[in-house]
Amino acid sequence: MSATDRRKVINKIVLATSTLFAVIGIFFLFWILFVLLKNGFEALNLSIFFNDGAPPLSVEELEILNKSREGLELSEFEQEELSWIEISGLRHAIIGQLMLAFGATLVGVPIGILAGTYVREYGADSKFANLIRDLSDVMMSAPSIVIGTFVYAIVVSPTGGFSGYAGIVALAIMMLPIILRTTDDMLGLVSNTLREAAIALGAPKYKMIMQVVYRGAKVGILTGILLAVARIAGETAPLLFTSFNTNFFETNLTEPIASLTVTMFNYATSPYEDWQQLGWAAALILAGFVLGLNIVGRVLLSMKHISTKKIFKKRKR
Amino acid sequence: MEKEIIDLEVKDFSFRYAGASADSLKKINLPIIKNKVTALIGPSGCGKTTLLRSLNRIHDLYPGNEYRGEVNFEGRNILSADEDLIHLRTRIGMIFQKPTAFPMSIYENIAYGLKLQGIKDKTVLSGRIEKALKGGALWGEVKERLNDEADALSGGQQQRLCISRAIAVEPEIILFDEPTSALDPISTEAIEKLIMELKDEVTIVIVTHNMQQAQRISDYTAFMYLGDLIEYGETDKIFNNPDEELTKQYISGQFG
Repeated sequence: MSATDRRKVINKIVLATSTLFAVIGIFFLFWILFVLLKNGFEALNLSIFFNDGAPPLSVEELEILNKSREGLELSEFEQEELSWIEISGLRHAIIGQLMLAFGATLVGVPIGILAGTYVREYGADSKFANLIRDLSDVMMSAPSIVIGTFVYAIVVSPTGGFSGYAGIVALAIMMLPIILRTTDDMLGLVSNTLREAAIALGAPKYKMIMQVVYRGAKVGILTGILLAVARIAGETAPLLFTSFNTNFFETNLTEPIASLTVTMFNYATSPYEDWQQLGWAAALILAGFVLGLNIVGRVLLSMKHISTKKIFKKRKR
Repeated sequence: MEKEIIDLEVKDFSFRYAGASADSLKKINLPIIKNKVTALIGPSGCGKTTLLRSLNRIHDLYPGNEYRGEVNFEGRNILSADEDLIHLRTRIGMIFQKPTAFPMSIYENIAYGLKLQGIKDKTVLSGRIEKALKGGALWGEVKERLNDEADALSGGQQQRLCISRAIAVEPEIILFDEPTSALDPISTEAIEKLIMELKDEVTIVIVTHNMQQAQRISDYTAFMYLGDLIEYGETDKIFNNPDEELTKQYISGQFG
């Protein structure tokens, strides 16, 4: 066999192997998606969005409920029974999840943006700024359950109980490094000549940053925020010890608050069929929420690329 | 001969970048004459841009740079530590090599410097903006679309926008750092014409790599080499009959 033939054979083997493994990877990905979509949509119905958590149904009650949903005729006793049935929903978890995510965004975004601004605009390449960058990178890969235990120690334990606030703190801490680093990177993409131009017009540094540099980086920073929200939306571990969970509709943040993730965990591991169904519905809603945020984030980011491309073309002409 | 007034006086001025072991500018002495165009020429690395950027102290944006000597302007040494840099930069404007339109509308770009000075009145702003755009020879092209993004303008238009933005705050001096090096010949011609019109109102210092450009538009020329000011004089004299051998060699294209 000549050297060229050998190379061709090796090339084919490597290509075939890597393709095979890519297919295996993609197969599992689509399997997960298929199972989620199938079970999720089967479990999804309107009452989920309007009802809160309720005790699980007995086997008989479940039978009656399924019968009525399928449109079968019910006996008088069964109809009587049906009117007593309390159907569980996820309203409490959806609202709780939104409150936690919104609260965490409210806390995490300003701190993250300001810290990122410090690191890029004031710290630049100083040792301190680089230390913050390194620590953020470490924080980003820290196991989320560790952050949960940390917040348990500094918030839950001193205040004497699980609360929505503790959950918000935990999620905000998770967002912080992501937003800090994206802000840092996006501000870094703004050219120095733009900064100099603002300074040369007599702008004080803070006005240069807020009025010129932020404008140049706003799409990138916004994308970072969306991706950070998407990231924390799927977290369970930091909420287990902080906001805990509840089966009731609760908007008081000093009390334990339900979240889709923890609810999903509890329902999915329960022995009751109707609760398991709700677990699937929760999974689908959560996945849809995260997917939506990711799509919006990517579209924003690609819009930015398109606009810079357009400018580049114009300059060339 | 008309009376020459020195607008800005560079005296025994040395400059060293942060962390550098030698001075980038060595004891420069240079008068900048009022309402004239002074060109700074010399090969790359000679310090002409460094000198220009010292005149409005834009170097201060980066820490650790060191100034020595004096730059006298309006009766004070602007290198002193207590100089009000924000005020200084409204008196001495700057145009950069690449157009630096801000990511906002044409109107807001011009209004930016004015708003920094505390001008809020809409009619005053509109009047000043129109005047500035006319002064920057851009009014006719943009008057119908002042609210368009400045990014949508061509490179040459963006550079004229930057000039309009600089003259809007009515500075005494404008520093040009190779303002046409990123532009096509037609845009370059427009900017050169503009610079010659502007000198009735402002004093101009321009750094250029293009010797024809220096010859066309400047009244005085300073030739710099490796951080030293080799020769300064009227442009005609520098280009036709320089005193220094080094100047002659550079002008005739023997190095650079």
